[in-house]
Amino acid sequence: MIDVEEREGRARSSPERPFLSIENLSVSFNTEDGVVQAIDGVTLTLERGKTLAVVGESGSGKSVTAQAIMGLVKSMGGHVSGEIWLDGQELNGLESDEVQALRGSEMAMIFQDPMSSLHPFYRIGDQIVEAILAHRKIGKAAARKETLEMLKHVGIPAAERRIDAYPHQLSGGMRQRVMIGMALINSPQLLIADEPTTALDVTVQAQILELISTLKEEFGTTVILITHDLGIVADVADDVAVMYGGRLVEVGSTSVIYDGPEMPYTLGLLSSIPRMDRELPKRLDPIRGNPPSPINLPPGCVFQPRCNYSDRVRDGACLSVRPELLPTAPDHLVRCHLPAEERRQISEDVRRILAGASQ
Amino acid sequence: MAGYIVRRTLGMGLLLFLLSLTVFFLFSLMPADPARLTCGKACSPAVIEANRHHLELDIPPIEQYQRFVGGIFFGRTFSQDSPRPIECEAPCLGYSFLRNQEVLTMIARAAPVTFWLAIGGFATWMVVGLTFGIVAALKRGRWQDRTVMGIALVGYSLPSFFIGLVLYFFVILFLHLLPNPQWKSGMPFKELGGFFQTMLLPWITIATLNAAFYMRLTRNQVLEVFGEDYIRTARAKGLRERTVVIKHALRAGLTPIVTAAGLDLAYLLGGAIITENIFNLPGLGSLAIGSVLASDLPLISGITLVAASLIIFANLVVDLLYAVVDPRVRVG
Repeated sequence: MIDVEEREGRARSSPERPFLSIENLSVSFNTEDGVVQAIDGVTLTLERGKTLAVVGESGSGKSVTAQAIMGLVKSMGGHVSGEIWLDGQELNGLESDEVQALRGSEMAMIFQDPMSSLHPFYRIGDQIVEAILAHRKIGKAAARKETLEMLKHVGIPAAERRIDAYPHQLSGGMRQRVMIGMALINSPQLLIADEPTTALDVTVQAQILELISTLKEEFGTTVILITHDLGIVADVADDVAVMYGGRLVEVGSTSVIYDGPEMPYTLGLLSSIPRMDRELPKRLDPIRGNPPSPINLPPGCVFQPRCNYSDRVRDGACLSVRPELLPTAPDHLVRCHLPAEERRQISEDVRRILAGASQ
Repeated sequence: MAGYIVRRTLGMGLLLFLLSLTVFFLFSLMPADPARLTCGKACSPAVIEANRHHLELDIPPIEQYQRFVGGIFFGRTFSQDSPRPIECEAPCLGYSFLRNQEVLTMIARAAPVTFWLAIGGFATWMVVGLTFGIVAALKRGRWQDRTVMGIALVGYSLPSFFIGLVLYFFVILFLHLLPNPQWKSGMPFKELGGFFQTMLLPWITIATLNAAFYMRLTRNQVLEVFGEDYIRTARAKGLRERTVVIKHALRAGLTPIVTAAGLDLAYLLGGAIITENIFNLPGLGSLAIGSVLASDLPLISGITLVAASLIIFANLVVDLLYAVVDPRVRVG
């Protein structure tokens, strides 16, 4: 279950924290053009064994959120504030070598582009063996044996031969399987998959997602799936967090987000999933314009410039006041100035148009 | 891989053939008449014609070229019908009638000087260039980086004749820290101390420009690799930062630099004209300048051929080396 609190209502007294709890996480980078606030005040939790989908366009801050959890932002020169609690341990305050010990063992990550994510000079088997030996004191032969088992496990055909292959000798799908095997080799509690299928063929995409789902069940791993494609989320995720302009804009269980999204941005994302099982709606409503520049965010709601409904809010609050992420129903949070009644009405209308097209 | 080596070697042979052809005919087109150069002002046309015959310049150029190439493989005899014919054994690169010596003998005498000059300079600039470049990349934006880039800019801006002369003037003439450089045959195995005293300043002179160049190259290359996805993967695996830097970033970043440096070394082995002249080193560069000033055509073509062959050969070695260290380049 998702359980999000606003920045102010902090200081939970209960010693029982959820498995993953991110509290008021902000990341900024100093660039020549000024300070880039990549993510701002992200707060969310995730129970053990669940899958959370983080959805948003490029530049919405979803990858930065993932890399902040992994402790990879500091090496990129970013400044991280807030708290990241993983299994009872706060990560952001740890020394870099302490986080490094957790990386690849407690938490692991799969990246978007398997073509460039493996080192071109080393054999894939050696790269996985390296991941084992970084965290466990076992012999090289044992590590290699384990690597071979894992390669078979993630569905690499002729693994005995492929273990000595170089990355460029494998297809994109195979490389992503290798990446998944490398991520899971130390049985991490948390697996972050950052757009794991974006760079792959559609047929391979389904295979990879299925592989992640299967392995997640098998290993009992908690998964954060980062994607810009709401279409692949429904089958995989328990919860969905929608990000826009470095902020969470809507958070809820997958069924809530699919059946009753209330934030206009989420509605826009849902409307733009191409589906083969229905005709094109008469009036297609894409999200117009581009994501905001993180250096120069709109002063009010960050989505306002692209929102079709902001003129329905009185006093032009969308232009001047940052909306808060507030609960609208149990397990459902929305960041929007529109009154709840009106949001639900809009949501219903949009979904009727989408559904009507299929008749 | 074997097929690749064979193909490349054959290609190299073809290139060398075309090269020798070009060099030979380019110089035969030169306006200077080698026969006229053989004797002084008060030279009678009859003597010139006789010398022309001795030099074998009175036969068609094609035949001259045939004899030239034949000489390389089988040796040849100059001035066959004169009372004192000159035997030139294979590989014969020609005979300098101006200096009355075989071209190959002169090159062989000059080559060790240039060889040690180039090797020492190369080692100096690679060590300095790579070390400083790596430091600059790892400390990007900080004072270490700015210092190194400042040094590189200065080093890059100073021409080698300027650095050489300044060093020569201050270190040798003014401060008397080193004796006047003097190359002796048998160096460096005899007189190791004298060898270093002679070569130190020339090495620095040669290394400065290249070190500056390699500092910048290394820094940029390493920084570029640090932005690669596979470095992020290495960090995500939980490797120590040392391992990430050395095994993952530097391995990928320095490989193209170190291999390509072979070409710069080969270029240098063809003679460092300015540095050799400043420090009075009798290497290939000095020999080349002397031959050009004297219009000594056989010597010019000989040196050009040797220097160009070095480059072609180094090219092959670099490509093979690259195929060994970067699995993506491996073929066949």
